[in-house]
Amino acid sequence: MSITEIVFWFLSGLALVSAIMVLLSKNPVHSVLWLIAVFFAISGHYILLNAQFLAIVNLIVYAGAIMVLFLFVIMLMNQGSEPEPRSKSMWIKMAGAISGGSLLLVMVAVIRQSANLVVRNEANDIVPKEAVARVGDIGLIEKLGNVLFTEYVVPFEISSVLFLSAMVGAVVIGKKE
Amino acid sequence: MQALTNRAKVVDRKPMTFIERLYLWNILKGMFITFSHIFKKRPTINYPEKKRPFSPVFRGLHVLNRDEEGRERCTACGLCALACPAEAITMEAAERKIGEEHLYREEKYAARYEVNMLRCIFCGLCEEACPKDAVYLSETPAPPNFTRESFIYKKEDLLIPDPTKEPEAFKKAKGLS
Amino acid sequence: MNIDWILVLEKFLLIATVVTISLVIAMYETWSERKIAALLQDRRGPTRAGPFGLFQPLADGLKLFMKEEIIPNSANRFLFILGPCLAMMAAMMTSAVIPFGGTIEVAGRQVDLQVADVNIGVLYVFAVVSLGVYGIMIGGWASNNKFSLMAALRAASQAISYELAMGLSLIALLFMSGSLSMRDIVTQQMAGDWGGFLGWNVLYQPLGFLIFLIAAFAECNRTPFDLPEAENELNFGYHQEYSSMKLGFYLFAEYINMFISSVIMATLFFGGYDMPFFNESAHAHWGNWLALVGIIALTLKVGFFIFLFMWVRWTIPRFRYDQLMNLGWKKLVPLALANMVITGAVVLWLNDK
Repeated sequence: MSITEIVFWFLSGLALVSAIMVLLSKNPVHSVLWLIAVFFAISGHYILLNAQFLAIVNLIVYAGAIMVLFLFVIMLMNQGSEPEPRSKSMWIKMAGAISGGSLLLVMVAVIRQSANLVVRNEANDIVPKEAVARVGDIGLIEKLGNVLFTEYVVPFEISSVLFLSAMVGAVVIGKKE
Repeated sequence: MQALTNRAKVVDRKPMTFIERLYLWNILKGMFITFSHIFKKRPTINYPEKKRPFSPVFRGLHVLNRDEEGRERCTACGLCALACPAEAITMEAAERKIGEEHLYREEKYAARYEVNMLRCIFCGLCEEACPKDAVYLSETPAPPNFTRESFIYKKEDLLIPDPTKEPEAFKKAKGLS
Repeated sequence: MNIDWILVLEKFLLIATVVTISLVIAMYETWSERKIAALLQDRRGPTRAGPFGLFQPLADGLKLFMKEEIIPNSANRFLFILGPCLAMMAAMMTSAVIPFGGTIEVAGRQVDLQVADVNIGVLYVFAVVSLGVYGIMIGGWASNNKFSLMAALRAASQAISYELAMGLSLIALLFMSGSLSMRDIVTQQMAGDWGGFLGWNVLYQPLGFLIFLIAAFAECNRTPFDLPEAENELNFGYHQEYSSMKLGFYLFAEYINMFISSVIMATLFFGGYDMPFFNESAHAHWGNWLALVGIIALTLKVGFFIFLFMWVRWTIPRFRYDQLMNLGWKKLVPLALANMVITGAVVLWLNDK
């Protein structure tokens, strides 16, 4: 097992354990901290994929900014009280099951359909493609910038308009008293 | 109101100019003021190694004087207590017995003589009131202490050393050596 | 699979050296803070512990270690201890991408005086800086004290507000350099005329530097932005419940941050290890001595910035909270945006010519 593989398994395990702990921990602040651990593990994966820019931006934006805002809200909430009792109605449970199931369906479909996850070997059997690490340079900042501003410029601009509208909305809500 | 001195500055309530509103210029001015202080002479002295001279009229702890033969001069007349504006001095008189002539100069002496250094304002009026040259204010500043009781100086604390028994200490207390 | 053990050893030694140096410098920053405060206020400062009070930091450290270690009953023990650890860690991690000098030759090996020359150095610095907020927030929350919590929120909102201005002011600089690697940025500056002096970014980005400087003051919680720890008016701050060395770590992390941000300012805007009016490439035969010249140049620049930090601290009074937010969001961010747009336009125009 090479070092890259060891790191990969370690990061995957860390990501999974932390993600489960996000759901299991009773205290919301602990959940947020576990979520930050998940982001760190995912950033490690990005670095393994030679996408340093994505790794760092993941840290800056998610771990550094969004999670801080989460912490803000949770810390300011009523924290002394017990976690709310689990007396959800039947409808909410069903809605949760349906939405979770559809998400699972979508993910399975994506994995099944992405043809480049499998290859045919010499005997013409379908075998999983070997994971490759530290190759490709699409995650490097220069390449990423080029792709974003040429090939994907329309989605990029549309998403920035979306952010702008979110900002305007926040200002309007804030001004309303 | 009429100005009493010419040092008072009229408050300037004009709206701030552009440079003042930038705030940076004022910060720079302030920084040059503080920087110029690096080259100023330090008023601090290294205390225990170096001491500042006392003023010649400094008045410190009280001293009860003796004459050349080592007899207490105080006759417990009470004039010092009367003169004291802070009512810091208490005394109790007693009559000199036969055989005590070498201890007390006058026929009546102070059996108890107390000065409360917490009340005393070190004005020196007791010194001026004394007809027998018995009470003086020394050049020792009152030392700090932890209890109130310890600030009430008894006769033993106030008496100057005996010139017949400890001539050196007597000279030192008088400031002659 | 063979690992280049010598490289591992080299990097390990380099990391150990950098960490030790930052700790020692932070230690002596506390001394110089007192000494400079005294100088600016016509006092003498520490004089008793050793010559010129040079052993004062040791005495302070010893005092902090001897103090009683208090963990409040209702505090969250794990997070309470994690807080200062995170603060310290975030402070130390930044130094990984900073080039402290050129290349030296040890036993036939070329050793870069930089722990990791990654191609996203500047972004890495931002990522670590934004993680520094967690040390403050976790510490303040885990104390289970409303005042600590409020102070932590105050500190965190200040930090994330000024991070924005800081990032925007740097984007203009990155337009010019076209690289995120700290070493590339330094090498580009060294190529300027007058032995590198005319290549210094501060000459082309004075406004960007000013914004970066102000934001760095705010990020380090230094006066005039030291509301997070306003000892004398806003009840100590997020570390109110801390005692002994855990408090020491918080305070120490601040001094390390100050050192690191001085190094970053010197590197990004003042040519890093470039000695002005001295042509490095013409003296390449000096070898290790050339690297020493570079280190000395960087040390001088860093020393000046640390002095500036202290000089400002003892000159300017503290901002009020609304003034702080106004300055951050209504003045610095628009200024940085304008600076960015103008720089972008000028760069494009020059490229077209």
